[in-house]
Amino acid sequence: MSDDELIWRIAGGSGDGIDSTSQNFAKALMRSGLDVFTHRHYPSRIRGGHTYVEIRAADHEVQSRGDGYNFLLALGDSFARNPSEDAYYGNEELKPLSENLDDLREGGVIVYDEGLISEEDVEELNLEERAEENGWHVYPMDLRGLAKEHGREVMRNTAGVGVTAALLDMDLEHIEDLMSDAMGGDVLESNLEILHEAYEIVEEEYEFEHDLRAPEGSHETEQALLSGSNAIAYGAIDAGCRFISGYPMTPWTDVFTILSQNFPDMGGVSEQVEDEIAAAALAVGASHAGVKAMSGSSGGGFALMSEPLGLAEMTETPLVLVEAMRAGPSTGMPTKPEQGDLEHVLYTSQGDSQRVVFAPGTIEEAYEQTRLAFDIAWDYQIPVILIYDQKLSGENKNVDVEFFDREPSPDLGSTLTEEELREAAHDNSGKFKRFDYENAEDGVAPRSLPGQQNGRYLATGNEHSPVGHISEDPDNRVYQMDRRLEKLESIREELDEERESTQTYFGDEEADYGIITWGSSQGAVEEAVGRLNEQGHSVKGIGVSDMMPFPEAEMTEFLESVDEAIVVEMNATAQFRGLVQKELGRFGEKMTSLLKYNGNPFEPAEIVEGFEVNIADEDREPTAQVRIEPAAGD
Amino acid sequence: MSAFNAIGDERETDRDEYTPGVEPQPTWCPGCGDFSVLKSLKQALPEVGRNPEEVLTVTGIGCSGKLNSYLDTYGFHTIHGRALPVARAAKLANPDLEVIAAGGDGDGYGIGGNHFIHSARENHDITYIVFNNEIFGLTKGQTSPTSPKGHKSKTQPSGSAKTPIRPLSQSLTAGASYVARTAAVNPNQAKEIIAEAIEHDGFAHVDFLTQCPTWNKDARQYVPYVDVQDSDDYDFDVTDREEAAEMMRETENVLNEGTVLTGRYYVDEDRPSYTEEKRAVGEMPDEPLAERYFDDDAEWERSYDLLDRHK
Repeated sequence: MSDDELIWRIAGGSGDGIDSTSQNFAKALMRSGLDVFTHRHYPSRIRGGHTYVEIRAADHEVQSRGDGYNFLLALGDSFARNPSEDAYYGNEELKPLSENLDDLREGGVIVYDEGLISEEDVEELNLEERAEENGWHVYPMDLRGLAKEHGREVMRNTAGVGVTAALLDMDLEHIEDLMSDAMGGDVLESNLEILHEAYEIVEEEYEFEHDLRAPEGSHETEQALLSGSNAIAYGAIDAGCRFISGYPMTPWTDVFTILSQNFPDMGGVSEQVEDEIAAAALAVGASHAGVKAMSGSSGGGFALMSEPLGLAEMTETPLVLVEAMRAGPSTGMPTKPEQGDLEHVLYTSQGDSQRVVFAPGTIEEAYEQTRLAFDIAWDYQIPVILIYDQKLSGENKNVDVEFFDREPSPDLGSTLTEEELREAAHDNSGKFKRFDYENAEDGVAPRSLPGQQNGRYLATGNEHSPVGHISEDPDNRVYQMDRRLEKLESIREELDEERESTQTYFGDEEADYGIITWGSSQGAVEEAVGRLNEQGHSVKGIGVSDMMPFPEAEMTEFLESVDEAIVVEMNATAQFRGLVQKELGRFGEKMTSLLKYNGNPFEPAEIVEGFEVNIADEDREPTAQVRIEPAAGD
Repeated sequence: MSAFNAIGDERETDRDEYTPGVEPQPTWCPGCGDFSVLKSLKQALPEVGRNPEEVLTVTGIGCSGKLNSYLDTYGFHTIHGRALPVARAAKLANPDLEVIAAGGDGDGYGIGGNHFIHSARENHDITYIVFNNEIFGLTKGQTSPTSPKGHKSKTQPSGSAKTPIRPLSQSLTAGASYVARTAAVNPNQAKEIIAEAIEHDGFAHVDFLTQCPTWNKDARQYVPYVDVQDSDDYDFDVTDREEAAEMMRETENVLNEGTVLTGRYYVDEDRPSYTEEKRAVGEMPDEPLAERYFDDDAEWERSYDLLDRHK
């Protein structure tokens, strides 16, 4: 836990403008020279329900949410359905205050809207007593009244930001600039008035008892604040993807929306269609006809894509799908993160899987691996799936603008031109031998596109002969199957030998203990490894991105080099640990799982604690919200 | 310069060009109506001036799905019920392609019913031929969505309790801009209707009655048939939605009573195709998207230029 950081939590109801307010405040902190990282918690509702966004800001890089937080802005839920504690969902009006107290660090600051949250309610919370116990500093203010006086009630966000800035001794300059960018006319004027009024009231009328101030920092290069969904969408744009088809589903919708909004200006096509079966089938059709296409969904929608996915495998149609996991099974918890779809994505669809799966761990990796996904898909004519989750999808982080300054790669990979098709192998009726195993390199059988001269062939989900005719000939079957599977080996070789590893390592190479994770839990593990080493433990970590083909060599080396390892993942059945054991056939006795599946991502402290209890053998029970799955044989 | 030179190549073609030189032995039974669909396509395509490599034939699963094994164009034999979404996207990716989708009644009106409704609704400029034999053939004779009520099969041993789907009415309601029914036993009409459907700019749906001599022996062979345009007994305007709807209903009502009505039912030349609609709202490029990937001078937009909104 670091003292020089601000973790600001803004809480209210869905529809209270929590998201946009936090986005702007995060940008203001970024512009002031700080590194920022956001974490979003929201219910599956349009209006009301407890929601918050946390912004962690520090003068050094932040890759994860922190442990708890130190500043609460509780706006009250203006869409609360039943402001009574007897109600099924409790007193929702009070929740932005009551629900957030447990995670507030000692010495933390609380600002709440006394225009919405009544004095009696606050008394019932025993806020005064708890504040005394925990050293909290409480500053009530009538944000609603202030907003109404100068503008409209909904502007109480702005009042809250003004109070925050004053209490943290922040300059208003960046906040004002961002407001001016986002609005104009009377709305801007009212908001600026509210901002200043709130700031001045605090300065003039409030006595500061707290020590917390906004950290100071500076950036050497220009920064941009973006989410994992932005990064995936931007990676797709730079890879030359210009076709997306989808059906709305949280949290995948973010990527779909970003591309749908950008494609019209880029000559691209977005199709919102009747269901996810159609969505995936459209992407297959567009790709077949020569466009770099993608589709995606979250768990339930991805289930519907199983069959088109298999069709893409069998017809060797390049395709990129994204799967944004949320807590399952079935509808599960639609707005909560989980890493429970790994096995679903690896093995869904009938027959032997012939696909590539990447799990990016950070926003930068999300961009890089999306581009990699398109490269591999079009070079090898194979579906590539990016698996991520609600956490990576929605979290925002500052990234160096120059990171994105690179050339686009719209190349269609192993697709032939008409000139090349003239020289290619044909049968005696002139049909192109697309699936010719004799001329395939690395298992890849280059393709033609409909409309090209000398390229006609039949693509079919049935097993097929070199020109595509349905064939159940045993020799041909084995040749075709082996050729398709050879592509996976070729990809594994390319990933191992020709490209920079997509796995991320942290800590000392010589360390005795390992922490293994995959996908979006990487940031929390990285921070935990850092802390454990500061405490004197000998620990290193790995964040794995290659799910299929599995990075056998790297994982073997890592596991051989440590005495024991913890596998950290957000699911209840240790799916990734199972994959490691399946792929490597050993190390089961070395790996203990640390599992979390309560709907919230790991905090670094939970991982530190998991290590202390399980590897350093401290004699205590771990946090109730985290489960330990002992190593094989234990 | 185009990367797709088969498209718009206006050379003369004939039906032999559409016949694979190494023709796979058709898996269709002797006397199957499916042969007639194949034949009418082989006649219609040269007649409307298309060459095999500018045509993409997309099929579903079933006996009908084998169509592109025996029709030598570009082909995509997809999965059960999903020919339409694959076909639609190919058309969006390269609108200059001639895209023909085909499947059976189970494929199109059953498992793919949702896609049928939405493809018609959106009026994609593709031809959709449904081989309607009122039975599941390839899986050996189960009741299908168009099987008559009371139809006995292995899966409905006491006779189907369901009334059959109304494919023509459904198509019209959903938004198809060309709706016709023809029958395998009426080859001249079939060829003409298929040619018109290909030429039509919009979703052209042809319900093609294809008798199944093996698994639907109870059904008539769709003879005698009546062409509603030629018969003095029927008089309606194919451009009038209400009159078309009434004629379709009548046609669907009498089919299982032994009267086989065929012909054009609805033709709307004014409704813009989906590509036109999408271009009108600015969400579709004027040039075929597929061409851009072969254009060395194309300037590809970069995410780097989108970052201002994130700063």
